Amino acid sequence: MENMKSHKTIHRSLRNLLVAMLAVLPAAVSAGPSGQAMSFTCAGCHGTDGSSVGPSMPAIAGMDPEVFVDAMKAYREDERNASIMNRIAKAYSDEQLKEMGWFFASQRLRLFPQPYDPVLAEQGARLHDEYCEKCHEKGGRPGDAGTLAGQWMPYLHYSMEDFLDGKRKWPRKMKRKVDAAIEEAGDKAIPALVNYYGSQQ
Amino acid sequence: MTNLKRRTFIQAAGAAAALGTLGFPSLVLGAARRVVVVGGGVGGCTVAKYLRKLDPKIAVTLIESKPAYTSCFMSNEVLSGERTLQSLTFGYDGLRGYGIDVLQDTVVGIDPETRQVQTAGGRAFGYDACVVSPGVGFKWDAIEGYDEQIANQSIPHAWYAGPQTQLLRNQIKAMPEGGHVIIVAPPNPFKCPPGPYERASQIAMYCKHHKPKAKITILDAKDAFSKQGLYIEGWTKLYGYGTDNSMIQWVSAAAGGAVEALDPSTRTLSGLVEDFQGDVVNIIPPQKAGAIAFGADLVDGDWCPVDKRTFESSRHKGIYVLGDASSAATMPKSAYAANSQAKVAAAAIVAGFQGKTPDDPTFVNTCYSVVGEDFGISVAAVYRLNAETNTIESIPGSGGVSPANASPEIRKREVSYAHSWFKNVINDMME
Ligand SMILES: Cc1cc2nc3c(=O)[nH]c(=O)nc-3n(C[C@H](O)[C@H](O)[C@H](O)COP(=O)(O)OP(=O)(O)OC[C@H]3O[C@@H](n4cnc5c(N)ncnc54)[C@H](O)[C@@H]3O)c2cc1C
Repeated sequence: MENMKSHKTIHRSLRNLLVAMLAVLPAAVSAGPSGQAMSFTCAGCHGTDGSSVGPSMPAIAGMDPEVFVDAMKAYREDERNASIMNRIAKAYSDEQLKEMGWFFASQRLRLFPQPYDPVLAEQGARLHDEYCEKCHEKGGRPGDAGTLAGQWMPYLHYSMEDFLDGKRKWPRKMKRKVDAAIEEAGDKAIPALVNYYGSQQ
Repeated sequence: MTNLKRRTFIQAAGAAAALGTLGFPSLVLGAARRVVVVGGGVGGCTVAKYLRKLDPKIAVTLIESKPAYTSCFMSNEVLSGERTLQSLTFGYDGLRGYGIDVLQDTVVGIDPETRQVQTAGGRAFGYDACVVSPGVGFKWDAIEGYDEQIANQSIPHAWYAGPQTQLLRNQIKAMPEGGHVIIVAPPNPFKCPPGPYERASQIAMYCKHHKPKAKITILDAKDAFSKQGLYIEGWTKLYGYGTDNSMIQWVSAAAGGAVEALDPSTRTLSGLVEDFQGDVVNIIPPQKAGAIAFGADLVDGDWCPVDKRTFESSRHKGIYVLGDASSAATMPKSAYAANSQAKVAAAAIVAGFQGKTPDDPTFVNTCYSVVGEDFGISVAAVYRLNAETNTIESIPGSGGVSPANASPEIRKREVSYAHSWFKNVINDMME
């Protein structure tokens, strides 16, 4: 188990290095807009280079490139509950999504303070350690299970609502863990977790 | 250096200096490239910021008439009392932080031959590239009896956010219980196609709570409008649209909504079929490119034609026109569109300075409207260039408006995203 974990970590840092290298290479000689140009168009909603200034649009800077591509594909195929992203994602090919994924992966995520309930956040911290940390490592910092730490709270609420209402497919094992957290903390579980992530800087 | 060589060198330097007076000094001598941006609105601020982001060696000067920017977007929320004008006003220090020289002055002329911009303050600025994003101007002669002075004093257009927005808000607050508000909506094309209908919605949202017997009539120069189905869904749900008691009435051009004249003393509007009298009248006049676009010979008709790959003027090389003033159909005249076009122009200018061909452009527009409490709607599009026809086309299969009869949860989220869009587009422009 220990072995597997360190293996995974090495794999990930190698991959991130590769991603960073690819992002600075000039775009392949092909017609069509550059990854940077496509990514720039997102800033009107997600902030310059993907660091949203809130209060509800999610930050996408520093996002794991595979998480980005999976999310966009899910929107494109109408497999994820959307307000607007399904309409936008339909404009992009797999290749273009990859280029945008690389762009955002190589941006530094800037976090901004948001108001949160410290009591709930403390309870959330405990729930997180117990049920979430295994996949959402380091308190939910950007990684291959998405960005939770410092993410805008309304967006986290919407995401949890969608999971719980069956409008978004649960990632492997997540439902069991969330059910267990709710079993322990009842109605407070989700607000506590959301406040914990929102409290992170 | 031999004498001969030295002489050639001196001659070359002399030629370079002579060219310098023609406006190409930096191209010849390799000094910092200079870009002068005219207008510190959405297009102007964004292009200035992204030029510096893409190449910090470029010297950027932004010339803006006003000391601060007051955004039109979200200004309809001032009418409902949801926000103040103050919350829409932003200074230029953020841009100064990017090393941009922001000056308060008004540009009165641009000479494409000598590559110089002249200001009302008597200053002249040489440029390697000039970007113009002056917004819209109004056609004051379109409605008889209406003029700029009346707009400032009693019958606001409030189509630039500022004192007129506050005047309109005050008039709505002061009107009688069962007061009648008239909004005159302009013909296409105009700034913010869903704007007049969002305005009616925001006024209705206020009246629903404070003056429930009030009526709002939209007199339209058109027979259809942006996001129409969704507005009507919202109005039906929130303001009784379609019943005898509806708070909002929409009179299409075909039904006599086109207005020909105003009697300001009685606030009476003459349509083709009948007259309309209001307690509060808001006239949004027909539009054209801002004055400097005409002054600098950048227009063809009412708007400025551009090369859609770069947003360089089709009339004068070295001058780029962005945003509302440009002729960029099928993109609407919106803040998101101006922001998106600005990044394409910035990349094209940088590529040009490096002697490279600009990449294919890509554009997005996203526009939210808040129809009422917990009822937000949007339109989105991703565009590409059709190089053969020099047109911007929406990518097939993508974009469109929010779905009809979406869940209350989604409508509510779109209100929250509308407000978050506002913060982020301001951030991307000038912070
Ligand atoms: C009520 C309303 C609601 C709106 N809502 C939305 C919305 O929700 N979403 C959206 O995307 N868009 C919205 N818009 C549209 C948006 O405001 C415009 O499309 C956008 O501002 C266009 O940017 P621009 O750079 O072309 O012009 P502007 O932002 O208007 O900027 C032009 C600037 O140039 C300056 N200027 C002009 N001439 C000169 C000169 N000669 N010298 C120096 N300075 C000069 C002006 O002072 C001004 O600051 C709305 C508009 C209105 C009226």
